[in-house]
Amino acid sequence: MHELSIVTSIVESVTESLTAYPGARVLEVRLRVGALASVVPESLEFCYPIAAEGTPLEGSRLVVNVLPVVMHCAPCGQDVELEGVQSFRCPHCGEPCTQMRQGREMEIESYEIDELPKSELPNDEAEVKI
Amino acid sequence: MSTRIVELRRGILKKNDELAAGLRASYTAAGVLTLNLVSSPGTGKTAFLERTLRELRARGSRVAALVGDLETDNDARRLAASGAPVRQINTHGICHLDAEMIGRHLDGWQEVALGGIPLGGLDYLFIENVGNLVCPSSYDLGEAIRVAMLSVTEGEDKPLKYPTLFNSADAAVITKIDLAEPCGFDRETALGNINEIRPGIRIFETSAKTGAGMEAWFTYLAEERASPSRY
Repeated sequence: MHELSIVTSIVESVTESLTAYPGARVLEVRLRVGALASVVPESLEFCYPIAAEGTPLEGSRLVVNVLPVVMHCAPCGQDVELEGVQSFRCPHCGEPCTQMRQGREMEIESYEIDELPKSELPNDEAEVKI
Repeated sequence: MSTRIVELRRGILKKNDELAAGLRASYTAAGVLTLNLVSSPGTGKTAFLERTLRELRARGSRVAALVGDLETDNDARRLAASGAPVRQINTHGICHLDAEMIGRHLDGWQEVALGGIPLGGLDYLFIENVGNLVCPSSYDLGEAIRVAMLSVTEGEDKPLKYPTLFNSADAAVITKIDLAEPCGFDRETALGNINEIRPGIRIFETSAKTGAGMEAWFTYLAEERASPSRY
């Protein structure tokens, strides 16, 4: 149950980044969370409005994209996706896998904003127009 | 008004991870091996650590401990009876320790400093986390070794129920093996489950009460501390 402190960190990070977009309102925040990250997407979504209240993120959606665990299988010589987190064996050859390639991520991927007219915006490189 | 997507690509726990990296560098510089002990409440972390501190001191090692609990300094008082420097961290409701709490409690701790080097007076620093098998797994404390602990009274499937913690551990300790028989503990199943989640992990089967299995644990600690790859 550390989801509230996690969503609070999310709100802080996005608010900090938002200083580049004065007056913008956040519509959506997208996360990438590994299947082994120890957070429950539903709990994040439940806590999010509490942390977002009174900030430019209030009223926005939180979208949690859960990433499967990917291990490297040495005998097969390739990265393999696990079906669950109950066994760390290669689904092809059955050998135990110890090298994790993906699964513990906890990252804010992007956020979507409603912005002011372009003439009022500062320059920013890390943006994608849609 | 128009809509745009801003790519952020930022770790949610970036601040903790940065603080932990700083702590890791200071442990390494001071030559102290730091361990983070994680288990459910009631596994016996404190009893295991009491015995560890006492015996390591008897062998001439310089040891200290930080111990996390929501409330009370009961554990710190128990551990301090070993003669080792101990500090209690009260989280007041927070379910895990984080790197900021560790840094704050290490700052200015004169008993573990040597020649002006923070932690320079230590061989081993033990961090006893808040009893919880979920949240502590997300928070790096800069430790060299994360120890997942499980008692024979808890059920052999605990590693399957809490795979995140067991998969992120560097060593596993089974406690209270003196109670294995009356509890009907199925040793093979427990070892098999730990290996299913963390293949090849070192496992220690111990009793803080009788001392069984502690010798192998002390040998492991000495080897890890001496390992040149650590520093």
